[in-house]
This record gives sequence, C-alpha cells and structure tokens, in this order.
Amino acid sequence: MIQPFTRHIGIAAPLLVDDMNTDQIAPFLASRSLKDDYRIMLFNRHRFRDDGSENPDFVLNKPQFRKAGILVTGHNFGAGSSRESAVWSMLANDIRVIVAKSFADIYRENCLQNGLLPVVLEPDVADAFIARVVAVDGAAPFTVDLLAQTISGPGGPDVVFQIPAAERTRLLEGLDDIGMTMKHADEIAAWEQAAAKAQPWLQTARDRRQV
Amino acid sequence: MRSTQARPHASDDHERSLVRRTMPRTLFDKIWDFHRIGQRVDGRDLLYIDRHVLHELHAHHAFAQLEKQKRPVRRPDLTFAVQDHTVATAPGRDENTNPSGAAFIKAMRDGCRKNGIRLFDIDDREQGICHVVAPELGIVLPGATHAVPDSHAATVGGLGALAFGCGTSELAHILVTQVIAMKRPKRMRVRLDGRLGPHVSAKDVALRLIAEVGVAGARGYAVEYAGTAVAAMPIEQRMTLCNLNIEMGGRSGFVAPDDATFSWLEGRPYAPRGRMWDRALTYWRTLATDDDAAFDREIALDCTSLEPQISWGTDPSQVVGISEKVPDPAAIDAGRRAAAESAFVYMGLAPGMPLKGLPVDRVFIGSCTNSRLPDLQVAADIVRSRHVAEGVFAMIVPGSSSVKREAEAAGLDRIFRNAGFFWGESGCSMCAGGNGDRGKPGERIVSTTNRNFENRQGPKVRTHLASPATAAASAVAGRIADVRQLVAGAA
Ligand code: SF4
Repeated sequence: MIQPFTRHIGIAAPLLVDDMNTDQIAPFLASRSLKDDYRIMLFNRHRFRDDGSENPDFVLNKPQFRKAGILVTGHNFGAGSSRESAVWSMLANDIRVIVAKSFADIYRENCLQNGLLPVVLEPDVADAFIARVVAVDGAAPFTVDLLAQTISGPGGPDVVFQIPAAERTRLLEGLDDIGMTMKHADEIAAWEQAAAKAQPWLQTARDRRQV
Repeated sequence: MRSTQARPHASDDHERSLVRRTMPRTLFDKIWDFHRIGQRVDGRDLLYIDRHVLHELHAHHAFAQLEKQKRPVRRPDLTFAVQDHTVATAPGRDENTNPSGAAFIKAMRDGCRKNGIRLFDIDDREQGICHVVAPELGIVLPGATHAVPDSHAATVGGLGALAFGCGTSELAHILVTQVIAMKRPKRMRVRLDGRLGPHVSAKDVALRLIAEVGVAGARGYAVEYAGTAVAAMPIEQRMTLCNLNIEMGGRSGFVAPDDATFSWLEGRPYAPRGRMWDRALTYWRTLATDDDAAFDREIALDCTSLEPQISWGTDPSQVVGISEKVPDPAAIDAGRRAAAESAFVYMGLAPGMPLKGLPVDRVFIGSCTNSRLPDLQVAADIVRSRHVAEGVFAMIVPGSSSVKREAEAAGLDRIFRNAGFFWGESGCSMCAGGNGDRGKPGERIVSTTNRNFENRQGPKVRTHLASPATAAASAVAGRIADVRQLVAGAA
C-alpha cells in the first residue's frame, strides 16, 4: 500500500527554520474539496503571492530547487495540527526525505505512515550537513540510502543517520500498518473480553437516556 | 488482563514494562499498561482505544481507504462522529451555508451511515466541537484511552483520560483495529502550584507554561498536570489546560481524576449509571500516580503572581504578561531570534512596545480551548452592561449546541447580543477558519483559540491568544486590555 523506500536521489533544498508548522506546510485555506490538489497545497502561502503569482524568494521556487526531492530543515518540523495533508503534499511534489534536527511527534508518525523518510541528525551533524547543502546550492543531488543509513553527496563524506530498526524495516518493506496489527486480532479480541469483565463501562458506550 | 502468550519479539522494553508493574507507577503507566495488548513486529506497543471520535475534515479519507481495502470498522459502537470543522455559524445554517464544507459534511454522513457510527450531525441538538461534545456527553471517561484525528485530542485529559491526536492513516488504523500502534512515550509531570489571582485562568497558566517550556518542550512525553493550582481548577479549566498541551509539543496530557471530576461526570448521558457507576467510581479512585513513581522530566511553575497572559508573536510560546512589553529581539536567545524578528514583521509590532492599548479589529471567543459554559459566563460578566467598541467585530461561538442552549437558558446570549456581539451556532469557526469565518488581511484579533500561526485565522491576520476574560475586555475597550483594570473602571 505504501511505496517501499530504499534509496532516494534528489536535490536537497534548505529550508532553514525551526518549528515549521503544518498550517504553513499545508494551509487549511488551500483546502477546498475532498480531492485536494496536494501539489499546489504545499507551502501554498509561501510559494504564491496574494495575486497568485509565484514568490521567487521562496526556496522551492528557486530554479535550482524546483525539483527538490529532499527537504533540509531545523528543529520541530511539522508542529501543530495533525493534518496528514502536510505529508501528502510533500509526496505530491516528489519530496520523499526530510532531514531535520527534530520532528513534531504526530508529523513524524504521519511520515512513517506514508513512506516519507524522516531523517533526524544531531544538531552539530545537521549544521555541517546544512552547510554542505547550502554550498552545493542545488548543483548536484544527494543520495539517501536507507539500507546503508547514509546520506552521500558533494562536499564531504557520507553522513550516517540513525533510525529505529523496526521503522527502517517498515519503510524498506512498505509494510501495511493495518495488516501488521491485524496479526494480533486474537489478542485484541481477548483484551476486549477481559476488559468487559474488569472495566465493563469501557466496552459499552450507550446513551443511557435511551435505555 | 493482558494476553500472557509469549511474544516472539519481546524486547527489553517489554521486560521493563513487566518490572514496572510491581514498582511505583505513574498514572500514565497505569493507564498504558492496562490498555497494552501486546507488541507488534516493529516493536511498537499496541494500545486499545476505548473511545474514538471523528470529524468531517479527516473522516472521509479514512472511510474511502477502508472501502477500497474492504475492511470493516471493528467497533462502530465505540466510535462517534461530529460535524465541527467546516460548519457555518450563521443562524439558521445548514450544510450548504458554507459551500466548501458541504462535501465534507455529506461524505462523513455517508460513511457513518454505512458503518453504523453514531453521528452528531449539523442539526443534532448535541452537535459541537469534537473535544467539547465528547466530554460533556460523558463519552470520555477517567482512565480511558481516547483518540481523535485532531491534535487537540488531549483536551479530554481534563477528565483523566489518556488521549491521542492522530493523523488520517492512524484514524483508519483505529477504525479497523480499535488499537493504536505507538512507542511508549516518556513521562513528564508539570506541577502548577499557588492560587490564581482574580481574572487569571487556566488559559493564562497554559500560555505562561508554553512560553517557559517552548513549543517542543513536551515532545515525546505524556504530561501529567498536578499541583494545588490544578486541583483548584474546575473541570472546564483543566480541559483548557490539557487542550494547550500540544502547543508545547506533547501529544497526551491529563489531570488525575478526583471528586470534582466524578461529580462533573455523574449523570451525563453516556456515563455509567447505578451499580456500574459505583463500580467504576471505586476503580477511578485508584487512578493516581504512586507516591514514589519516577518521571523522566519534572517542571514546576508557581502561579500565585501570574497576571493575564497574551501572545505577541506567531507561535504560542511568544507570550508576555498583559502589563509587560513585547521583547526586543536582541534580548532573545540566538536560536529564537530570527523567528522573533519575522514574527514582529508579521504582527506589525516594534520591539519593546506594550501590547496593552493596541487597537483591535476583531475578537473571537470560542474553539475547543475556551468555548464551554464557564468560559462564556466569564465573558458575559465582563460585557454585561458594557458594549463592544465601535469598529470592532466581536463574535462568540459556543463549543457545542448544548453549551449554546444552556447559555441561552441562562440569558447569556442576550447579554452578548445587547453588547454588540455576534452569537453563532456551534463549531470550530474562526479557530482555523475552515468554515469561512476568517479575519481580513492585516486585522488584529484577540482570540481565545490555541494557535497564532501565520494565516491561520485568515491570510495575513494577526492573532493574539488570550483568555475569554482578556478577549471580552479587549472587545469592550477596542484595544488589547487588562481585564483587571477594565473591571476596576480604570481602562
Ligand atoms: S476548535 Fe480549532 S483546534 Fe479545536 S478542533 Fe476545531 S479547529 Fe481544531
């Protein structure tokens, strides 16, 4: 269901801010219908000016970053709302890796759910990598290899990153999240039975005015 | 309780959780351990979700996914749905009043019908904001787990429930399995002690806390709020406090239930009754952190001298006391300075200026943060026999249709209308503007909501987060006001 992730080669675009929130990544105001255009939604209010024209100063609008496949950013990326459109809009623009100093919890989870690789680098490693990305300025791509857990590219040696083994497997194999849990269907049913005895009020949710 | 069958992938973490059961435990651990079903192949704990509440903005994606995969909803009887994010607030509204909401509203209605889920539809007398409706109907219970595809799920932590805000994929996952797959978070305790001064409320406490801890301070933690200030808070204020937990990065935040919780809950439509209530109560009284239980992080804040707080910037940690001046970016630590500088430009502020006295264009009282009956009562007390200043558009949107009815029964709507407020139908309204209620570019708003992000309440709108008291006082003054001075007649 989700596309497996092994290796991704792409231009790395530096978005050098902390606390970028999902209201900015996927503005609610750009959401109009059940089938939103996630490609246009991404950073909509940063990419476009009020008259609809492009803002040439925004990093993803610069010629060298228009086809960026990797976003490089600061702390607490994806803060705020849980809206998953903030991940879908990355994928719609072929951004499959975000390298950050840290991610907001729900955003990181939403990435994993959709086969978008969230790479966390220690602040000093991140700063060194950002310096490389800025120096390269989109002239050559970087390669993110989840098998080897490395980012390689111009301007320096491979950068090694850490990711919990289980999450790595899940991304590599594109494991179906629901399917993985359904292997525990018996345990879920057993829990429900036990809970109905131990805390029966949890297993029924009825409007008692109607009983 | 737990399945005892050996798990092939039992990890150290699991071993530790076995040991934990015999050691002093935090309330978080007690709720987690009870609901933990097992461990998945990827090392995540599977946690049973007792109550799941959907809203129209995200539900349709999940319903579509389930339909495509031909997967049924496991427990429609433990699942509820509320129309809130896109519903119009205009009197006499229907699903077409906000044209961009109609498709969402209908899609969720469809999905709920097909899957047998109780929907609080736009015209239901108990419709409202998901985080307001679930507790007031007693759908939320102490010690229960609760999930909502919205980051402010922890609002219901005010009743002692452990809640998780989710994305859409997780929403689908819970619909099918009734469990959430998660790594166990770390534990944090926030102690709030001291007596709050007059016109100071949980909103002010939370804003101060976020300012101190930062917008990512609670990331990775489940937060327990404790201390004398919390114990003294009525349930609605505890919900305000927990609502803002996500603004310091915490997914789950809660207050241990106590007698105030139990009497608040008793008799609510979905709460247990009779012998079942007695039994539940006996159990709920055990829901507390053991004396010697250890937290991974502890924070304390004395609230005694806290004054009303208000945000000046574009994230909820950029907050000052109402009598303070906005900071000079030069005085802000290097890592936060660039953000502060861009916030100054966006908000149209100069370093070192006072916020108090700044003219406002709009005032909004509402949202899952501050739209329950006591919030409206506070506002009504301030605007009674006063009037909204000329040129200010002030609106009050009750958190639920029940709150609206109760407020009207108490005559609050007349107070607001007489004072020149717009009195709306219940929903999220201007919190995120999903229903079309938005400010105009450049407008300055005092808002009782939870996020002051750029463009959230409309393109280029400048949001100042504050309590209902401060918002009401500012509406009357036409400027950002210190409610204490207004009430004392000095504004
Ligand atoms: S009121 Fe605002 S924060 Fe609360 S659920 Fe609605 S949109 Fe989300």
